[in-house]
Amino acid sequence: MSLFRVMRGKPLGALGGLLILGLLATALLAPVLAPYDPIKVRSSDRLQAPSLSHPLGTDDFGRDILSRVIYGARISMLLGLGAVAINTLLAAIIGILSGYYGGRIDIVLQRCIDTLMAFPGLVVLLTIMAMLGQGLVNVILALGIGGTAANARIIRSAVLAIRENQYIEVARATGCQDWQIIVRHILPNIAAPIMVVVTLGLGVAILAESALSFLGFGVPPPTPSWGAMLSGSGRTYMIQAPWMAVFPGIAISLAVFGFNMLGDALRDLLDPKLRGGPQGRA
Amino acid sequence: MSRYVLRRLVLLVPTLALVTLLVFSIIRLLPGDIVTLMMSEQGYASDKAKLEQMLGLDQPFYRQYVTYVGKVLQGDLGVSFWTKEPVLDEILRRLPVSLELAVLAMLFGLLIAVPTGIFSAVRQDTWLDYLFRTGAIGGLSVPGFWMATVVIVAASIWWQWVPPMRYTPFARDPVKNLAQLVLPAIILGLALSASVMRMTRSMVLEVLREDYVRTAWAKGLPESLVIARHVLKNAMIPVVTVMGLQLSALLGGTVIMESIFVIPGMGKFLLDAITWRDYPVIQGINLFLATGVIALNLLIDVIYGFLDPRIRFG
Repeated sequence: MSLFRVMRGKPLGALGGLLILGLLATALLAPVLAPYDPIKVRSSDRLQAPSLSHPLGTDDFGRDILSRVIYGARISMLLGLGAVAINTLLAAIIGILSGYYGGRIDIVLQRCIDTLMAFPGLVVLLTIMAMLGQGLVNVILALGIGGTAANARIIRSAVLAIRENQYIEVARATGCQDWQIIVRHILPNIAAPIMVVVTLGLGVAILAESALSFLGFGVPPPTPSWGAMLSGSGRTYMIQAPWMAVFPGIAISLAVFGFNMLGDALRDLLDPKLRGGPQGRA
Repeated sequence: MSRYVLRRLVLLVPTLALVTLLVFSIIRLLPGDIVTLMMSEQGYASDKAKLEQMLGLDQPFYRQYVTYVGKVLQGDLGVSFWTKEPVLDEILRRLPVSLELAVLAMLFGLLIAVPTGIFSAVRQDTWLDYLFRTGAIGGLSVPGFWMATVVIVAASIWWQWVPPMRYTPFARDPVKNLAQLVLPAIILGLALSASVMRMTRSMVLEVLREDYVRTAWAKGLPESLVIARHVLKNAMIPVVTVMGLQLSALLGGTVIMESIFVIPGMGKFLLDAITWRDYPVIQGINLFLATGVIALNLLIDVIYGFLDPRIRFG
């Protein structure tokens, strides 16, 4: 299937992909794109409404919102990728151990996952953050650990679905070691669900960071994180200077929207059952 | 069936034991312990050892845990370190508030999600399908607290409306109570509806491809009947699971909505307890939430059996 055909068949997914490309480019080119230093305080420029010199206005420290939103893309991508790398790795290890070996390992691991999943996600995040203390790395760790349980379950069921295939049996019969079977046969076959988990997880991580920021457990100032921008002084000045919270909010929504659209399209594409229009209709 | 339920109930025991152990030990790992915090506040004992003894924190960890579990089994969740109120009473007073908010949010979510999900699937890849899906994913992508803040500010500027600062219980004035909860419930429901809508859509799409649906078309049934009688019934089962899984996320979301709309529910209570390191309260709420989620998931699995006779409990 050519890229063009995929894009025509999945316009929403293509839109999501474009948004993510834009986000990535912004994150990479932040120093080139941003007109001002995102952290430097300019008290003479406090709380200015959007204008030609400051297209998205300035905040209560006189910092240019556009520059902070642009640098925020970096923080969000860093947060998202870091968190997703941690939880996908942990989830893959747990999911494969549980799904491939089954038996007692599976029972013990699944009980642990049941336990973790019994707590509301935000409560788990809050507890981890209260334990680790504020900081960008700690937010990444918390989001990474917090998202592991649910992903481990998804990966486990993917492993279960292919474990019984004949090629696995053949590999075993020809004397392949467990790790060889896992690396050569299991991993490539669960790549599709992992890709979906990663894409959707990036959106979840960005959104979760903003919720943590709102509750006072996010990335500490002056780091220009979108979550911190729209929750701290952004909320305080909501009536006086609405642009302070509105633009970072739009940035978060667009980024998460992009990841969700892309993740959805990937899931549709990778699940052959959902391809094409409804059949059997009169 | 009863054997299956029994087995699931037995499996609950290790899970719940782990829940208590996890909650109990993690709280004690939090930096900034309660004793120092209390001593820095005026009006509390200045003698550290005496304070620890009073709170029962001078005992070794395992003994504290065993005592705690023993009390929990008798239905005693302890008293708050700060207010000395029994934790169970406090929780029971706040639980209905959070539950009402969660149920309302779920109703809104369903009301939006199920019809749009079905419609999107039946008219797959039309502009309406795209519109609904974009809307659903949009609802999922906007941070709830941000939307709430924007809505409150907009309402106060345009209609001079501000959310009431005092909570009115349902029993005292149902209309006032619902008026207060409707906005946070809609905002929570929007995020919920996105995942339910997507699940409904993909399940309906899957069922639409089944042979019996083709047969239903072939014998000339009108679309409404095919959908209502043949598709919906079979498509709704996984939707029920998603709803169950979402309830836990919903309870997390109430933490945020409760603090924005000044609603005295469990979420606000938990947030304050974490800030003040009120161990018994944090333990109690977490135990309550976790048990609730586990019980609900069990209930959902049992409901499965009634919804779908093909599922055998083994």
